[in-house]
Amino acid sequence: MEFSLTPEQRRSRDLFRSFASEEIAPHADQYDRDEQMPESVIKKFAATGWLGAVVPKEHGGQGMDALTFGLLCEEIGRVSASLLSLLTVHGMVCQALLKWGTAEQRAVWLPRLASGATIGAFGLTEPDIGSDAKSVQSTAVHADGSYLITGGKKWISFGQVADLFLIIAQCEGRPSAFLVQRDTPGFASQAISGLLGFRSAMLARLILKNCRIPEENLVGRIGFGFSHVAGTALDHGRYCVAWGCLGLIEACLSACLSYTSERKQFGAPLRGHQLIQQMIADMITNSKAARLLCHHAGNMKDKGDPALIMETSTAKYFASRAAMQAASDAVQIHGANGCSSDYPVQRCFRDAKIMEIIEGSNQIQQIIIAKNGYQQLIMERRKGRQGRNDAADA
Amino acid sequence: MNAEAIRETVTSFLAQFINVDVDDDEDLFASGLVNSLFAMQLVLFVEKEFAVKVENEDLDYDNFRTMNAIVGFIQRKTA
Repeated sequence: MEFSLTPEQRRSRDLFRSFASEEIAPHADQYDRDEQMPESVIKKFAATGWLGAVVPKEHGGQGMDALTFGLLCEEIGRVSASLLSLLTVHGMVCQALLKWGTAEQRAVWLPRLASGATIGAFGLTEPDIGSDAKSVQSTAVHADGSYLITGGKKWISFGQVADLFLIIAQCEGRPSAFLVQRDTPGFASQAISGLLGFRSAMLARLILKNCRIPEENLVGRIGFGFSHVAGTALDHGRYCVAWGCLGLIEACLSACLSYTSERKQFGAPLRGHQLIQQMIADMITNSKAARLLCHHAGNMKDKGDPALIMETSTAKYFASRAAMQAASDAVQIHGANGCSSDYPVQRCFRDAKIMEIIEGSNQIQQIIIAKNGYQQLIMERRKGRQGRNDAADA
Repeated sequence: MNAEAIRETVTSFLAQFINVDVDDDEDLFASGLVNSLFAMQLVLFVEKEFAVKVENEDLDYDNFRTMNAIVGFIQRKTA
């Protein structure tokens, strides 16, 4: 495993950190209270070019390597999980088009997505379909050179404002992926409010009633919408979430180190109390462990190693659990203050819970990770048998 | 790379996912031996191992359904 950053990556991280600290952090609690991500903020973010982080330069993007992109997710996740989710879902659309889009789709949409002129969102989850995602009930019917999309989507991050949706629907009884523009007749979105976390991620319910889209809007091929198109998008989403969770842990740790140094109880700063130190130690240790997993997943991505899917799942699973633990302890350390809107740790706590659910719940990650464990066992046994056979032959 | 060398490399990869011997023409997906996660891992494997790009127009289960199909697909992509 290699975990050092290049000078260029360090410079990029400093730039991300500076933007996040100066432009987003001071207002993140207000956005959360308002349940809005102001259009001006999205435009400011788009102006950085980072919405096109994963888009190659020839399509107008930044062409970031996986580690640099991870650092961006970490820094944005440190200050606002909601803004991170814009980076996540927008990037999921970019990634899916980059990998499985036609040359025309890439030429038309990637420059617009990279500049932020078009905001993308990912439409997989439905009111009755969550983890069993390949069983979506929305349908697409091919007719007269078009597809007619009908169905409903729910919990769609930035669904209130996105212009372009990657919609997964059953076509000929098989999951397939389609691009649907907001201005398509029959398309509507309804804001979802009162969420536990990700309150300024502008979640929406999508309604699609006979939305007629050109047949050129099919992404990939019929039947490959879940396994390949959504699979590519979700892998990207999990990678964003893993790094974003790392940022959330760092935010909790930073807040707690500062708070416990100033706050006095029983005549001494909280930092002197060993039960406080225990929680701080766990945050530091989990942060380091999560960072190792995120870097490892990033290295796998940059190498295009097939193991990247597993390593990303593992990183997302661990980092989101660690984020939840860190946020819970952060609130505990802050006591009543931690429960008030005066301190960001309460927002971190609410957002951390969402991290354990989005882009494949942690239970889905556990299934994936455990199955892989058994595959490794099979491989080890085969190698053992082969080794014994070779020895016997010698 | 000839067909046998490709087959050997693919067999080694498949062995990570399938704990039974499969016929060269057995449908990996219809038999339930593999899942959707495997499908993406197979794409990544083919791209990395054989230095080819699996693209939109390659998305056809006839390219991935069986051992023979995978070997044939790789041969065509590397030709």
